[in-house]
Amino acid sequence: MKAPAALLRPLAEAARDLAPIAFVVAAFELGLFGTSWRELLGLFASLVPVWLGLALFIRGLAIGVFPAGEALAEGFVRRGRLAALLVFAFLLGFATTIAEPALAAVAGKAAEVAVQGGRIAPAEGHRFALELRLVVAFSVGAAIVVGVLRVFFGWPLAWIVLGGYLLVAAVTPLAPPAIVGVAYDAGGVTTSTITVPLVTALGVGLASNIEGRSPLVDGFGMIALASLFPVLFVLLYGAARA
Amino acid sequence: MSAAAWPDVLRDVAPIALLLVAGFAWLRLRPHSAGRLARGFLYMALGMGLFLAGLEEGVFPLGEAMARRLTDPAHVGADGRLWIYLFGFAIGIATTIAEPALIAVGMKAEEVSKGALSAWGLRWAVAVGVGSGVALGCHRLLAGGSLVAWILGAYAVVLAQTLAAPRAIVPIAYDSGGVTTSTVTVPLLAALGIGLAKAIPGRDPFVDGFGLIAFASVFPIIAVLGYAQLAALLRGRQAPPA
Repeated sequence: MKAPAALLRPLAEAARDLAPIAFVVAAFELGLFGTSWRELLGLFASLVPVWLGLALFIRGLAIGVFPAGEALAEGFVRRGRLAALLVFAFLLGFATTIAEPALAAVAGKAAEVAVQGGRIAPAEGHRFALELRLVVAFSVGAAIVVGVLRVFFGWPLAWIVLGGYLLVAAVTPLAPPAIVGVAYDAGGVTTSTITVPLVTALGVGLASNIEGRSPLVDGFGMIALASLFPVLFVLLYGAARA
Repeated sequence: MSAAAWPDVLRDVAPIALLLVAGFAWLRLRPHSAGRLARGFLYMALGMGLFLAGLEEGVFPLGEAMARRLTDPAHVGADGRLWIYLFGFAIGIATTIAEPALIAVGMKAEEVSKGALSAWGLRWAVAVGVGSGVALGCHRLLAGGSLVAWILGAYAVVLAQTLAAPRAIVPIAYDSGGVTTSTVTVPLLAALGIGLAKAIPGRDPFVDGFGLIAFASVFPIIAVLGYAQLAALLRGRQAPPA
């Protein structure tokens, strides 16, 4: 049993992700703000749960969800029934987004700030955060469906994405101005730890299994759609709430 | 993290578990090891709980404290704007340059472009794009410009570049926008934006505090397309067609 080594690697990887950020923070703390080394160590000690949590989360993904998700994506692509594949694609986008820790954190923060600003009642904060996450998860599911259709039929990505942003421009005036910042940020929030590898695996697997598609050109682009759709849907959610 | 939050974490991870089980049943496949899958979900749930607790105790307070001190004349002099931009730029670079997803995308880009783009050059293009995006986003927050005008203006630039850039790079460039905003970056940028909005008189944290993540998502697209255009231009000059 090589359990220690298996857990050391994700710890090292999470440390590598966090180290450059810690370096910049340390440079500003020590150089500009005159923080003492002691205080800095205290600051970094409070980041230890983030480090451990990230490593554990990624290790869990690596041994559980990634191999299983890839096996399923391959299975659905091979069976070739488009309807089943589309259902799977939607649920994959939805489920991975709901489990995305960054989205949970930012939705919670948005609700907290909205409550502090008196925009929503304190009792509504929890529901607002959950609704926001459900809307984003639904829209990522829809984006993956469109992405699968795009690879299947060979639609050009640039027109879908740029057309989508024209739609964003058209919908923005309909939404209450207060929600616009949260909506525009929603695009970047969705595509982090879980969604990117699984969705890219689906796209590249699909493109390699369809004649005349290049995995390199057609396999990419899912992430771009998964970044676009949440913006649009959160704007519409804001308009509907108002 | 309070004990009451653990059911939330289980609820967040449950959809993926259900989807995988249902998918295996539908395809009549068997996962390689049900035990590993179950252990993976346990790690994921524990990791996510630790991570979210760490964000609450560590990253969010840190981001807001940095924002508070960067806007405090006692630390940065009468006009600390340059320090804020420098911090935004450095954090953007730091969070991007070590991102594993980006390293993978860079190698793909080198393949697609047959060596015209180097994996290393692409990583720096994305990192500088994210850094500039965060710095410009901070400038927008301080100067009080319209988020909609900035973001949609940036996508207009993307549109113009898309028409001129080599076609194979377009999906990769679009994806690089989503890839950059990782699990740690997103909460940190949210905290920085909200902290700045709280510290600057006349800003509303809910309305003005969000938007940095959107900046960090669109400017790398511009940077990667620009890098591809530059590489094409240089190549054309070095080796004129016979």
